[in-house]
Amino acid sequence: MQIIPCPYCGVEAEETELTYGHEAHLKRVGPDSDAADFEAYMFTRKNPKGVHFERWRHSNGCGKWFLAARHTVTLEVFGTYPAQTTEPPAELVEKIKAKCPEWKGWK
Amino acid sequence: MSEAVSALKGESHTGFATVAEAGLTGMVTIRADLGSKTLADALGPMGLSVPGLRGVVAADGRSLAWMSPDELMLFCGYDEAPKIAADLTAAFGGEHSLVVNVSDMRSLFVVSGAKGDEVLMKLCPVDMATLPQMEMRRTRAAQTGVAFWRSGPGEIRLICFRSVAGYMMGLLEVSSRRGGEIF
Ligand SMILES: [Zn+2]
Repeated sequence: MQIIPCPYCGVEAEETELTYGHEAHLKRVGPDSDAADFEAYMFTRKNPKGVHFERWRHSNGCGKWFLAARHTVTLEVFGTYPAQTTEPPAELVEKIKAKCPEWKGWK
Repeated sequence: MSEAVSALKGESHTGFATVAEAGLTGMVTIRADLGSKTLADALGPMGLSVPGLRGVVAADGRSLAWMSPDELMLFCGYDEAPKIAADLTAAFGGEHSLVVNVSDMRSLFVVSGAKGDEVLMKLCPVDMATLPQMEMRRTRAAQTGVAFWRSGPGEIRLICFRSVAGYMMGLLEVSSRRGGEIF
């Protein structure tokens, strides 16, 4: 069981209140991109044993999409932040670096 | 006009707590910028103001609940809901907003009794011990979405979609049967 705080309504939401939305911070490649780039955008997903940035929706709750930084092995949730964020907040990145020195960064 | 009825016509059951469908209730959903002055001005004459995060405020038999950062739910008399929705829509004018009378789309249940919490503890992933009075908690009950709040001493009000009212009553009735107390 995983408990993730929703940054919109502040509820400590249990996993079954949430819907998983896969990898966060994906940037769609434009119509002029080549096939390899589009394939990477479309299908190639990170699948780390470690720090992962994800989209979640508080579906049985306030209904909002948000982003979360989570460790896929320890299940530690480092933080959550609004979906209208193009990259992880700097203080969150610092926090994760301090906790996981082996982490190579979010990009 | 046809006769309006609620989904379960006030069905109720008493086990270690009483669970009842509340009958016809006015519910108006408001989607807007919650910081809008227009909204505050329109709510003012009803004695209501925009509640804070997850808050529920009440005045003159009506309640107003915070549902999400851009959504409120107004509980009122069934008959006055259409006019309230129309008046709010008119008040907003061209301001980006959506006000809808959802009275016939939702069902309201009341769980009452000293052990009422235990009925919901079995159905919802919510820490009931830390839920204060007049705080709206949106969650799920078994397989359906619900929202509930402590509306008074020993009383919890719960809403769900009307289409699942029968399912909801089934859950509440079984969960409140005598012998099923948790503590
Ligand atoms: Zn939420």
